[in-house]
Amino acid sequence: MPMKQPSPAPSAGLSTSAALELHSVVKEYPGEPPVRALDDVSLRIDHGELVAVIGPSGSGKSTLLNVMGTLDRPTSGVVAVDGIDTATRSEKEVAGVRARKIGFVFQQFFLLPGMSAVENVSNGLLYQAVPPKERRRRSIEALERVGLGHRLDHPPNHLSGGERQRVAVARALVHRPAFVLADEPTGNLDSKSTDAVMNLISDLHREGTTIVVITHDAAIAASLPRQLAVHDGTIVADSAGDGRQEGGLR
Amino acid sequence: MTATRAAAPITSRLRTADIFRVGASGPRARKTRTALSALGVSIGIAALVGVLGLSESSKSALLDEIASLGTNLLTIEAGAGFGGGDSALPEDALATVERVPTVTDASAVWAVDANVYRNEFIPEGETGSIQVVASDEGLLDTLNGELADGVFLDMGTSSYPNAVVGSVAAERLGIDGLDRPTYVFIGDDYVEVIGVLEEFPLAADLDRAVIIGKEAAVRFYDADERPAVLYSRVVDGSIDETRDILPATADPENPEEVSVSRPSDALEAQAAADEALTTLFLGLGAVALLVGGIGIANVMVIAVIERRGEIGLRRALGATRAHIRRQFLTEAVILSVLGGIGGVAIGVTATYVYATSQDWRVIIPQEAAIGGFIGAIAIGAIAGLYPASRAARLAPTEALRT
Repeated sequence: MPMKQPSPAPSAGLSTSAALELHSVVKEYPGEPPVRALDDVSLRIDHGELVAVIGPSGSGKSTLLNVMGTLDRPTSGVVAVDGIDTATRSEKEVAGVRARKIGFVFQQFFLLPGMSAVENVSNGLLYQAVPPKERRRRSIEALERVGLGHRLDHPPNHLSGGERQRVAVARALVHRPAFVLADEPTGNLDSKSTDAVMNLISDLHREGTTIVVITHDAAIAASLPRQLAVHDGTIVADSAGDGRQEGGLR
Repeated sequence: MTATRAAAPITSRLRTADIFRVGASGPRARKTRTALSALGVSIGIAALVGVLGLSESSKSALLDEIASLGTNLLTIEAGAGFGGGDSALPEDALATVERVPTVTDASAVWAVDANVYRNEFIPEGETGSIQVVASDEGLLDTLNGELADGVFLDMGTSSYPNAVVGSVAAERLGIDGLDRPTYVFIGDDYVEVIGVLEEFPLAADLDRAVIIGKEAAVRFYDADERPAVLYSRVVDGSIDETRDILPATADPENPEEVSVSRPSDALEAQAAADEALTTLFLGLGAVALLVGGIGIANVMVIAVIERRGEIGLRRALGATRAHIRRQFLTEAVILSVLGGIGGVAIGVTATYVYATSQDWRVIIPQEAAIGGFIGAIAIGAIAGLYPASRAARLAPTEALRT
């Protein structure tokens, strides 16, 4: 299968580019005084990693998710997705980075009603102008990869919660992103579906997919290879060790 | 700065065909709402197309009628029409009018001082406002009239008690066909009905008349031999000048008591009046269209609020603000185009059904159909502007927060 991602370009001081790098990221919301939601956050997530970002509500976890996903721009600092610094890019280009490099999985699934599973998944290829036939072919592949090859033409309301989230995972994977951001992916699921979705995430990780799971569930976080703990807008603990965070960004 | 890649083609792109596909996804997923919001525009467009179609069809029917009846008929009367007292034209008026070179054909109607009843048992007062008149044998031709049943008076029948009844008179006298020998009671005698007339649009007085032959009128009812009304056909180019000389020709002694009228003027005035009414209905149609447009704007504003999640999702999947704006604008135009198609179909069907039922030629003005369609697109685009820009302005982080 053709890999859409170009090989990482060598650049000064970097042997390989990370899937995602944050360097000295500050996010402030205007107010008197301004609210600093992220305070000098630096981290590096390499290709192939499976990382949990954990923190209580109000810790800056959601802001970190938005900044990592380029849905929100930092007040200052660098957000580099697969080696592309998004700070200097236009709105269209940042949207293009999302379309090509980032896959999103949301707690609320966000599947569109009135569209079959395949159509929902193929929306993941819509904004990089992939032709319809290829969209469909790759969407079917992605659905087969998450074990829903038998549910291709079902609309979301004919699927169980676990199946819906698997469709959403397929949509996040279909364009072969640099990493998948999963925001509380099991937050709306019962325990059985939770296990199924977490097993799927582990399987995808073993196959080489880079995944960041944002969660407040300590048990889920503990089951993943690396944990980043967020508190008061900073990363207070990284199970991979502090040296890793800043690596390569000097 | 560190890891940046320079020239990679990373801008988000949406294929042109996909703009339509994405724009159609909303209406497709919410069919009832789509139908209802398109209906508003449909009603407006249907009104416009229907009004224009019907007015054109009826106008053409009227013009056809005027053309077939001829605009060259002039009616010459003394005073207030037949039966209007002792005012009458001179006895030889028909002959002198026929001698005018620009007059191609002329016929006369004489007043008869008698009443007509269904039979002898009807009380004397209940005449049903039906006049008894006499005419020459050429009247039907001069007026381009048609018979519904039977025959008109001819040289043979006009000397004897035979009658031809006008369309309204036939109805009032209870005559619905001449399958059996039919009689009416005129004066003191039964008279056989030999013909029933169609309507005379150019001489409506005759619709409410029973016509007998002139010879018979003089012989049996002692009718005044001075004609009450003359009908004349005039060479097409000379109508105005003929009209000017007719009073003196018909009655040289009292030309000022003679009035000459052109019955087709009235029909033409009717066509003009219809046009004024059409303008009024077109205005109403435009108001309906406007209300339909506001309905679409309304539905779209609600859609943007309801579909924040979808907007956020699409932004996360790589849609730019412009893509979101185009999606909702396309959606609004799709709604209005559906309404436009429905409206044109309803308008054309209504015109067809009604015009056919009236025996009119079906005319759908192209401007109405095409204009209605273009109007629908414009309405949709305008209605979609504000909701689409609201959707585009929504920040993805805000849209995803539910």
